Amino acid sequence: MLEKPRLDDPVLEVNGLRKEFGDLVAVDDVSFAVPQAGSLAIVGESGSGKTTIARMVVGLERPTAGAISACGRDRSAAARSARERRRRGREVQIVFQDPYTSLDPRQTAQATIDEVLRLHHGWPAGRRRDRIAELAGLVGLDERQSRALPRALSGGQRQRVAIARALAAEPRVLILDESVAALDVSIQAQVLNLLADIRDSTGVSYVLISHDLAVVRQLADQVIVLHHGVVVERGGTADVLDSPQHDYTKRLRASVPRPGWKPRRGGLLGAGEES
Amino acid sequence: MSVPAPTPLLEIDGLTVLLPVEGEQRAVLREVSLEVSAGEALGLVGESGSGKSMTARAVDRLLPRGAQVSGQVRFAGGDVGALAGAGLREYRNKVAMIFQDPRAHVNPVRRIGDFMTEALRTNLGVPAPEARRRAADMLVQVGIADGERRLRQYPHELSGGMLQRVMIAAALLTEPQLLLADEPTTALDVTTQAEVMAILDDLRREFGLAMIFITHDLELAAAICDRTAVMYAGQIVEIRESALMHDDPLHPYSAALAAARPDIASTAHRLAAIPGRPLSAFEAPAQECAFAPRCPYAADPCRAAVPELVSLDGGLSRCVLASELRGALRPGLAERSESGG
Repeated sequence: MLEKPRLDDPVLEVNGLRKEFGDLVAVDDVSFAVPQAGSLAIVGESGSGKTTIARMVVGLERPTAGAISACGRDRSAAARSARERRRRGREVQIVFQDPYTSLDPRQTAQATIDEVLRLHHGWPAGRRRDRIAELAGLVGLDERQSRALPRALSGGQRQRVAIARALAAEPRVLILDESVAALDVSIQAQVLNLLADIRDSTGVSYVLISHDLAVVRQLADQVIVLHHGVVVERGGTADVLDSPQHDYTKRLRASVPRPGWKPRRGGLLGAGEES
Repeated sequence: MSVPAPTPLLEIDGLTVLLPVEGEQRAVLREVSLEVSAGEALGLVGESGSGKSMTARAVDRLLPRGAQVSGQVRFAGGDVGALAGAGLREYRNKVAMIFQDPRAHVNPVRRIGDFMTEALRTNLGVPAPEARRRAADMLVQVGIADGERRLRQYPHELSGGMLQRVMIAAALLTEPQLLLADEPTTALDVTTQAEVMAILDDLRREFGLAMIFITHDLELAAAICDRTAVMYAGQIVEIRESALMHDDPLHPYSAALAAARPDIASTAHRLAAIPGRPLSAFEAPAQECAFAPRCPYAADPCRAAVPELVSLDGGLSRCVLASELRGALRPGLAERSESGG
């Protein structure tokens, strides 16, 4: 029923996406496409709708309107079978911000990865063992860390486990929802380098949900800027960050601390206004 | 209260703090010494477990129960450790603290006005109507126009940025001389952060307040602080004028921390990541430099003893190789591979 996807077809495509929560329009007519091995950043502040978009793409929320397709297959309607859900899991995976709450506290890193391998690939024990070692190596977990429970691991190590778990499904697209935001600066750099290495070696595509423009500059080729659920600017990351066109993008850019930066006060906040 | 000219407002001298964890006393601060002059802003920068928040808590006498403290904190020449009762309350009016998560530090069922005026009414005996007038005026100072209405609201009715402005206003009401700001903008959106930073900087100068500004972000500290102190594993490893800290760091950790951060103006092929992970104070080796295992310059002398803080080029550095490395730690000279632009 569908044509075979061509190599240059986008691996993830979102068209006219809309989400309403009651009277609130959280996401309004958002469209984007991510090519294979490409990376797109969705930038915005709290309440911009960026996490809602991520949740719709992985199927945790239903869009009010619009289409989402991954690897050429529509995923805007609910999956009708366990098999269909698993197949979608092999197309798109997500890594959340908080590695402290997104892992099962009773499962070692190995068991966490093994569960995904069994579910998605149904491989025999020996092959799974080899793949666990391979994935642990890819994300830089040593033998002891692989056998440890989450509470015995640091924040950066837990985030590596979460990344390995996501990669175990061999997804074509990895959604990184503020995945490096909670990490210490020195660990954040390690994880960003790891993500760049993984993209080079596997050809996975990234959708990076972030409020941090420096992280976006480092990892994303393309960027869309979201404000109150609406895309206000889009383009190549370097172009958008070096010469922002929309007032909101300019304000975001000007708010980032950098050498010689001095914060400036705006006006008084009147009744009903929020900062 | 007048401060004799040569005495710094705040002096921390050899402060070591141990906390009971899992049945043993673990170090969280190791021999921390620093001074803050009246009206001066000092940035305190470090990663998790470096001891930056514990330093502020020790200064404000807010350490957890069972803490074992040695060394001294002096405020305007007086020993803070000796304070109790009314003296301690009076001290806390002079040394105000604001936190990362304002919601965790307000009582959600008390109105803003009640919370803001409490210290004025109970500690300083200001009559309630006068206290409310001062609170409303202070809200204008932090950029909130309709103060009277805000005083009647509850914390959940305000956004995070608005609530942090309220916390700053509340902290300033008792006319403190020193503000301890513990990551006050970390939980805020970047545009709100810029606004709150500007308010802090503005009011601090207007009121002649000294400030210790705690953050994990060197650039953020540099934006509003005269000097920056960098902490690692419970120790201060460098203190320097903020602008020089960026252009010409004296300690390999300060340089590595600045280089590891992605840059909004350029894309690196790979970031200059620091190998390993930051150590907590209690994990630090007793007989060597705590940063040595992660340091690209580490050599035998680094593993012979814990380095002392030494004076160099107007700053202090806890690195035995500091004078040899002079100038070599400047950004761009470190092994940062740049591409794109």
